[in-house]
Amino acid sequence: MCRGIEKQWEEEEVGVDWGRMPQEILLHIFQYLPLLDRAHASLVSRGWNQVFHMPELWRCFEFELNQPASSYLKATHPDLIKQIIKKHSNHLQYVSFKVDSSTESAGAACDILSQLVNCSLKTLGLISTARPSFMELPKSHFTSALTVVFVNSKSLSSLKIDDTPVDDPSLKVLVANNSDTLKLLKMSSCPHVSPAGILCVADQCHGLRELALNYHLLSDDLLLSLSSEKHVHLEHLRIDVVSDNPGQHFHAIKKSSWDAMVKHSPKFNLVMYFFLYEDEFGPFFKDEIPVTHLYFGRSVSKDVLGRVGLHCPRLVELVVCANGLRPLDEELIRIARRCTQLSAIGLGECEVSCSAFVEFVKMCGRRLSQLSIMEEVLIPDHRYGLDDIHWEVSKHLGRVWFPDMMPCW
Amino acid sequence: VIYILVVVPACGRALKPGSVILTVTKLPCTMAPNSIHWFRKGLRLHDNPALLEAVKGAGTVRCVYFLDPWFAGSSNLGVNRWRFLLQCLEDLDANLRKLNSRLFVVRGQPANVFPRLFKEWKVSRLTFEYDSEPFGKERDAAIKKLAKEAGVEVIVKTSHTLYDLDQVIELNGGQPPLTYKRFQTLISRMDPPELPVDTLSGGLMGRCVTPVGDDHGEKYGVPSLEELGFDTEGLPSAVWPGGETEALTRIERHLERKAWVANFERPRMNANSLLASPTGLSPYLRFGCLSCRLFYFKLTDLYRKVKKNSHPPLSLYGQLLWREFFYTAATTNPRFDKMEGNPICVRIPWDRNPEALAKWAEAKTGFPWIDAIMTQLRQEGWIHHLARHAVACFLTRGDLWISWEEGMKVFEELLLDADWSVNAGSWMWLSCSSFFQQFFHCYCPVGFGRRTDPNGDFIRRYLPILRGFPAKYIYDPWNAPESVQAAAKCVIGVHYPKPMVNHAESSRLNIERMKQIYQQLSRYRGLVPSTNGNGTGGMMFYSPGEQQPGHNQPTHGEPPTPPPPHLIVQRSSVASDPATTCLLPASSVGGSGHQW
Repeated sequence: MCRGIEKQWEEEEVGVDWGRMPQEILLHIFQYLPLLDRAHASLVSRGWNQVFHMPELWRCFEFELNQPASSYLKATHPDLIKQIIKKHSNHLQYVSFKVDSSTESAGAACDILSQLVNCSLKTLGLISTARPSFMELPKSHFTSALTVVFVNSKSLSSLKIDDTPVDDPSLKVLVANNSDTLKLLKMSSCPHVSPAGILCVADQCHGLRELALNYHLLSDDLLLSLSSEKHVHLEHLRIDVVSDNPGQHFHAIKKSSWDAMVKHSPKFNLVMYFFLYEDEFGPFFKDEIPVTHLYFGRSVSKDVLGRVGLHCPRLVELVVCANGLRPLDEELIRIARRCTQLSAIGLGECEVSCSAFVEFVKMCGRRLSQLSIMEEVLIPDHRYGLDDIHWEVSKHLGRVWFPDMMPCW
Repeated sequence: VIYILVVVPACGRALKPGSVILTVTKLPCTMAPNSIHWFRKGLRLHDNPALLEAVKGAGTVRCVYFLDPWFAGSSNLGVNRWRFLLQCLEDLDANLRKLNSRLFVVRGQPANVFPRLFKEWKVSRLTFEYDSEPFGKERDAAIKKLAKEAGVEVIVKTSHTLYDLDQVIELNGGQPPLTYKRFQTLISRMDPPELPVDTLSGGLMGRCVTPVGDDHGEKYGVPSLEELGFDTEGLPSAVWPGGETEALTRIERHLERKAWVANFERPRMNANSLLASPTGLSPYLRFGCLSCRLFYFKLTDLYRKVKKNSHPPLSLYGQLLWREFFYTAATTNPRFDKMEGNPICVRIPWDRNPEALAKWAEAKTGFPWIDAIMTQLRQEGWIHHLARHAVACFLTRGDLWISWEEGMKVFEELLLDADWSVNAGSWMWLSCSSFFQQFFHCYCPVGFGRRTDPNGDFIRRYLPILRGFPAKYIYDPWNAPESVQAAAKCVIGVHYPKPMVNHAESSRLNIERMKQIYQQLSRYRGLVPSTNGNGTGGMMFYSPGEQQPGHNQPTHGEPPTPPPPHLIVQRSSVASDPATTCLLPASSVGGSGHQW
């Protein structure tokens, strides 16, 4: 191709005729341009305009739906949206919608979805960038728009529908049309889905590798289904444990179900986010659980952290936002000893004596690649003060380390 | 220019003895100049090198402060800010009177009024303290031009900051340091700050006088709050009285207390820390009633005396250095206080929600901890820095997901020690919009307060309506049984608002938002995921000390130099959801061309 151009240049003995640039090259160049620049370029000539509309450039699109009253950011131009639906809906494969907190934006997203009848999407993401505005839509309005996509796509591989009013029937439609291809499903905080609904997905979509949902949807049956012989190895399971009311009771999952998961998918990551009151942790960490990434978004007690040390041998990453004002020395040491895979830890409003902290780091050694400790966490003692602890820690980590600081003016 | 006749005895020359040579020489005017010292910040007579330049060898000096009454009425600044300022001006005037001088509070804008003053007072010298803020630099450049046109010499001295900020930037390769650690490293390599200069005294003034007219009070007197359009009826007395005199008393008390707290340890946060302290210094540093250099050296001296050690750690000067850090970060960035077009600020899709913002600003969130803090802020003009973290987190990345710019404006109105650089910088920091820090930690609007002040005295003090609640429920009164509410004579939803959000749900949502943003940034920047093998689903972010493989290996834990303007500097976690990674191919840059 390039030699062809060279020859052309030699023949014409003038500069390159941009208008006669081969389309493949233009396409390649256009792929590097942001949409706005591409659009400007498309006005140059008919040839360039043709390239602008080539399918390859319309595989991915992110619709940004914002209202001036609820967002500071600009929205995708309505004319552009019209054009895409008219000319490119059958080219779209990887689509996401970013909507702000207004119901209009969520509604607009649904309108677009309803029109994607010629679409065979591989990826669909519905993302609320502020308050979850999809939840404010009438459920039927939302689910009917979503099922348009499910029915037409037939090869959906990734679906991200967190914080939406998706329900069991819609999931059935999803499964009926995409069970062979579905690999990833993110549906945290979808209150209209029941454990039976998600079980249906697990039973049929044997290629499912990544799943994100809330704890109330988790069941022994689900875990067993995901570990059945027909099922591929699960790679990633994310569970959000959120308390709606204080004193809420959470069901327990049998150890045998977790064991089945680990046996079937030995390398899978179990990511758990806890947003509970301190006294709601009753059913958790009583038995061994294969959690790898653990995030405590609110205060968690010493006792629970002690149990974590005992029962989470696969733990890789631990984040504790708050604990209270009693030192976590013993608990941390135990975690260092028993969680031999631990490589990342973050501590917020906690307290640890400097000596215990140094001991912890020493025991973990260089496997600790991420150590994010707020300055206030470390309590000076007879052996270490705040000004010298970072040297000790740096020594054991094998790199320069400092605690995180917050402005104090 | 004047011409003088010089008579030179003709000795040693080939001339007849007794004859003289007359020569005519041009000399610059040596008549004592009339000076103006222009107060903006730096409202003090101690450690004020520019002021000393004004009086040095001068015939007359007039210290001016510009105040535009119309501007005052329409400005965003609240009554506590104005009162503090007016008290500073009164104090300056009182102290200048002791030196037979006065403060001239000039009504109007400097650019409009200076030319007239230059003429009227036959001014040939103008002095002022260097202002590092971009707006200040622009204003001063314009005034310098005016002065030059009027033949007025301009002398500017640095004394609002410990260091020459441009020097810090130069030492960092032309960019301001974006981590506090880096900043500390740089200044530890520089010479220590200059010593404070002497306080203005009669001796230093020498022959310099201040002509004061009989109508000085009317024309140039310090206005009252009423004159500025404030209704002062029922206004409680100032918890933080303004002025240099107060500042100097406080610093002595502050140092006494520090020496008491042997070893200079970081004091543990307790319920008392939340209350305004008679040794608190931040508003005085902001207005310049207290010289930061004086504070610095007094701290140093005290440390050496108490610890018998001549090398104080940098942490001793924490308060001063944070202030300095933000000044440095802001000085070359006129958009430092904005998200749009600010090269160091992450573009986060904050929610536009005036009602929610108003609830936060007016202490009506339904979370007593937040509301008590905001009440203290509005009533007194100061809140503890951890209280600031709590309310800033609540407004932005914690609960309400509202833009930090809105919070910054409210603080600007109410907070005595919030000036442009420090306020904007802190808000960006606390909302995780800049400066490379972690965001996993979210301050709980119930738990954090409870841990700090278990008894809830702070709440009861500022929200008397909740006084009847026992400690068990005072942080989350909506959970109190009806009987408890009735006994407290405060029904939630009637006498005190219900909580405006469900914190667990909001924080869950928001942490997810933050993660998405940072992951998108790292993908956009094409950063290589870590090779830890654990790259899935976690929360952790590289702390500033971390180094990404494949990038320039920085020294001392400094992240690589920031990329060119419009690209964002942050580095995100490696531990990203593969879920999100699978969702869109990395090359996707669709939509309306937004960065994310």
